[in-house]
Amino acid sequence: MPSFVDPSKCDGCKGGDKTACMYICPNDLMVLNTEEMKAYNQEPDACWECYSCVKICPQGAIAVRGYSDFVPLGGQVHPMRSSDSIMWTVKFRNGNIKRFKFPIRTTAEGSANAYLDLKGANLDDELLSTEKPLKNPDPAKMAK
Amino acid sequence: MALPNKPIGEIAAVVDPEIVEHDTDVLIVGGGMSACGTAFEIKKWAPADMKITLVDKAAMERSGAVAQGLSAINTYIGDNPIENYVKMVRNDLMGIVREDLIYDLGRHVDDSVHLFEEWGLPIWKKDDAGHTLNGAVGKAKAKTLTEGGQPVRTGKWQIMINGESYKCIVAEPAKAALGEENCLERIFIVKLLLDKNNDNTIAGAVGFSTRENKVHVFKCKVMSVACGGAVNIFRPRSTGEGKGRAWYPVWNAGSTYTMCAQVGATLTMMENRFTPARFKDGYGPVGAWFLLFKGRVQNGLGEFYANSDSATEELKKFMPYGASAVTPTCLRNHLMLNELKEGRGPIFMATDVALNSFLDAKKAEGMDEKALKKYWKELESEAWEDFLDMSVGQAGLWAGLDIEPEKVGSEIMPTEPYMLGSHSGCCGIWCSGPDEDWVPAIDGPRSHKYKWGYNRMTTVNGLFTAGDGVGASGHKFSSGSHAEGRIIAKQMVKYVRDHADFTPELSQTAQELADEVYAPVKLYHEFIGASTSADVNPNYVKPAGLMMRLMKATDEYGGGVATYYMTSGKMLNICLDLLRMLREDAAKMAAGDLHELLRCWENYHRIWCVETHIRHIEFRKESRFPGFYYRSDFPQVDDENWKCFVNSTFDPKTEEWKCEKVPCINIIETEPWI
Repeated sequence: MPSFVDPSKCDGCKGGDKTACMYICPNDLMVLNTEEMKAYNQEPDACWECYSCVKICPQGAIAVRGYSDFVPLGGQVHPMRSSDSIMWTVKFRNGNIKRFKFPIRTTAEGSANAYLDLKGANLDDELLSTEKPLKNPDPAKMAK
Repeated sequence: MALPNKPIGEIAAVVDPEIVEHDTDVLIVGGGMSACGTAFEIKKWAPADMKITLVDKAAMERSGAVAQGLSAINTYIGDNPIENYVKMVRNDLMGIVREDLIYDLGRHVDDSVHLFEEWGLPIWKKDDAGHTLNGAVGKAKAKTLTEGGQPVRTGKWQIMINGESYKCIVAEPAKAALGEENCLERIFIVKLLLDKNNDNTIAGAVGFSTRENKVHVFKCKVMSVACGGAVNIFRPRSTGEGKGRAWYPVWNAGSTYTMCAQVGATLTMMENRFTPARFKDGYGPVGAWFLLFKGRVQNGLGEFYANSDSATEELKKFMPYGASAVTPTCLRNHLMLNELKEGRGPIFMATDVALNSFLDAKKAEGMDEKALKKYWKELESEAWEDFLDMSVGQAGLWAGLDIEPEKVGSEIMPTEPYMLGSHSGCCGIWCSGPDEDWVPAIDGPRSHKYKWGYNRMTTVNGLFTAGDGVGASGHKFSSGSHAEGRIIAKQMVKYVRDHADFTPELSQTAQELADEVYAPVKLYHEFIGASTSADVNPNYVKPAGLMMRLMKATDEYGGGVATYYMTSGKMLNICLDLLRMLREDAAKMAAGDLHELLRCWENYHRIWCVETHIRHIEFRKESRFPGFYYRSDFPQVDDENWKCFVNSTFDPKTEEWKCEKVPCINIIETEPWI
């Protein structure tokens, strides 16, 4: 289900230092043509259809067309992602539409505690920095 | 030249890249769940002046196997005894696992899950009446897991989440903890480097940027390598655009196994593979359908064959493994393959039967029409979310096929084989267990030992791994990989403290390394003029073509889908011959642009990695994982002779492989087995 870019919407992220889709694609597929200032998927048959580019595009310029080797035409799955939820629109080949909304995060972006000031106690045991004392196998449950 | 003959990609590669040299104490290679665990944990232990650098070939926010998201966390121990977790993993992987590593994982994993919840991952909860709350409502109305909140269990070990942003949430504190400036993205490490003066000791790594013509040479005192498993190593069922719709992330190229093996790290259980049975073509997850919706599979005759008397009889051939309430994954495949081979396909997940039985049950309880409609909406939403969270392509396929799961079932099919160590597979690198009394003390070389001082250190000094990298210890999944990454963070700091006198020195110059990394670019530029087509040239081969050659060889001779996973000693040796020539011809891969250079090196890693797989299957004279692969010459599970690890070690000096049997020791009771 390779991603594709709508040239009427893509603005090449205005030539900023970061082209959003190119920045995010885990497989190095999305790339900016600097002459046209448009992005494209340079290797559609290596696309996992993870939708990272679709979700991040600030212009909503990227969508996905089903893999040509097994998906009948006409359907489409498209997300709208906000900071706390995602809305999916599933359009079927027969024209039916379903919408689903799911939470994606319960805290504000950027607020995850990295425990910057936390220091571990004893480097020579197996306990990690935020853990309570560790279990060991129950002697009664060990192999004889 | 009259015809335009230029690189395909946008970022052309030049013959002489800039060289950037880095000195760091700790090098973290990879950016997935494991590496995020390492990044989060390491500064809690490191002295302030310790230099720590993470290198990811993608962007941490969406890299690794969890990039797309997940709909469940498959390992959360909760109230279960950890001993039972060990028993489950041991049985699923047909008895040959490192129980020390699995127990250790089990006692660490929940702390990672608790952190995920604190960081904002929505986790489904049960309210006091036992109703399901989604992660956002659960956060508002129910207790957290650490406060005693009840997750929604689908099986004994799995909990449901709204996990579209799982990786973003986990990467954020990882980057914050390490410092953004220490996280180098879009650099692909392709080769590890041993120390010039000390035997069997890691000293650095080399890679290149996929964004600019730069080769990066790292010197380090200690290193972790956790860059996932291996995908596109066997011919996939879809070979056009659908080649990308791999079940496991298509960017996992076996780099972890190859790079560690090449510097002499002992590998274990590389004969293990995973060929998951998934929804056909879209490879959408079936776990929730089996567990949450109580779905069952039908053969082409409409029979629920998995519960038949003949299936029960068949499973008795594989005792004690076949006796457990949850049949091992490979044996479930085995039953399915028997149906297919007998012509009783296709196999369907009876989604219609499953969903309607829920509705019928509610009707029987007297639920009115309005409430029933609301209930159905929730059920439908849960079913679709399972795909939309982690395998959108499957939702797209259902949309294209006009599938309404309550009206019609969907086909299930075992996929092409994958290599991995964190999911329901266990190939990987032989590592030290924790320094605990209950871990067996063995005399002999590290390749036979269970512990040598640093938890999850490979047999190479200073080289650690986690997640898919650690062998003989499957079923960690996302949470366990993160926990394992945290474990090695602490161990690496300890290692540096204990080796304060060590100063790494490389045996090659930075220029020699750069020339090696950029060899495909030099080849391209040397010979591009010999043909009017950049892709067809008598002097080189493009990575895309070489990958097809690799996948054809493994598929046809190594037990791929072409033969229903059947191979034999004779076929395996043909495969090894083809792979040897592939490995030689890998030196003839050419790259005109940086994206192609990435693909060249990924292919090189794939070839090596799958060669170890074939070598191990050839060495093990039995069929340990029926349903994942079969040897026609040794079709049985042979516990008497082969209930042992197969470990292999490549000697970087002599360039020879050694395969050996290593005893498998039970730590947790074997009576009762489950």
